Amino acid sequence: MIVTNIETVPGQTIVKHFGLVSGSTVRSKHAGRDIMAGLKNIFGGELKAYTELLTESREEAVQRMIEQARVIGANAIVNVRFSTSSVAAGAAELYAYGTAVVVE
Amino acid sequence: MYDLIFFLVLLLLGYVFGQRAEKSHFRSIIEREKQLRDILVFSERRIPDEDKLDGTLVCGSVVISVDFFKRFVAGLRSLVGGRVSAYESLLERARREAILRMKEEARRTGAKSVWNTRLETASIYKGAQQSIGAVEVLAYGTAVKPR
Repeated sequence: MIVTNIETVPGQTIVKHFGLVSGSTVRSKHAGRDIMAGLKNIFGGELKAYTELLTESREEAVQRMIEQARVIGANAIVNVRFSTSSVAAGAAELYAYGTAVVVE
Repeated sequence: MYDLIFFLVLLLLGYVFGQRAEKSHFRSIIEREKQLRDILVFSERRIPDEDKLDGTLVCGSVVISVDFFKRFVAGLRSLVGGRVSAYESLLERARREAILRMKEEARRTGAKSVWNTRLETASIYKGAQQSIGAVEVLAYGTAVKPR
C-alpha cells in the first residue's frame, strides 16, 4: 500500500478512484502518566508520554485507513490529511483520511 | 502565607528548570538541524520530475509543556495585551522539533526531500477543565527518493 499526501503517486498514474477512506482512534494514557504530565507542567519540557500517545494513535489511525482501503481493493492512498479533535481531557482523537485509488 | 511561599517556590522552580530545559532544547534543535540540512523540506505539492521518484508518507510529532513561570508571565501579559513571547518560544520549539522528527524519519527511509509538508496542531488537552499549557504538533509530508 502506497500512502502519500500529494495528489498523485510519483511515477505512476491513477487508473481507478474509490473515494474517501478514513481511520480514526481515540486513546488516553493511564492516570499515573497524567500526574507525571502535571508535574512536568511546573518544570516545562517535552511530555514524552503524550508524544508517545500521539505517535501511537497516528500509527493506529493510518493502519485503519489502510485496512479500509485494502478491503475495497485499492493499492494506494493519496492526498492523506490528519486532523485532531478532543473528546475528553487526556485523550486524543486522531483522524486520518485520504483518497483510495488504484495506481499503475 | 504558606500558599504564597508554595507559589513562589513553584515560580522559582519553573523559572530555573524551564529556562535550562529551553536552552538545552534549542541547542539540540540547532545541532540536529545542521545534521539534517541535506534533507530538503517543501510545502509545494507538485514535485518536479516525479516520474523518476518513489514517495511515501512520513510524520513527526511532539508534545511540549510550558513551565509554571512562563504560564504566570503569560497570564500577566494577557491583562495588558500584546505579544506573548512565553508561548511564542514554546510553539517555535514544538514546530521545529516536529519537523526535525519528520526529517529523521525521511532519512530512515532513505529520502532526500520531503514535499507537501503540513503542520497540524493536535489536541490532547483542549477541552480539559484545568487546561495545561501544552502544545502538540504533528508534521507530515511525502518523502521522495530516486527509484
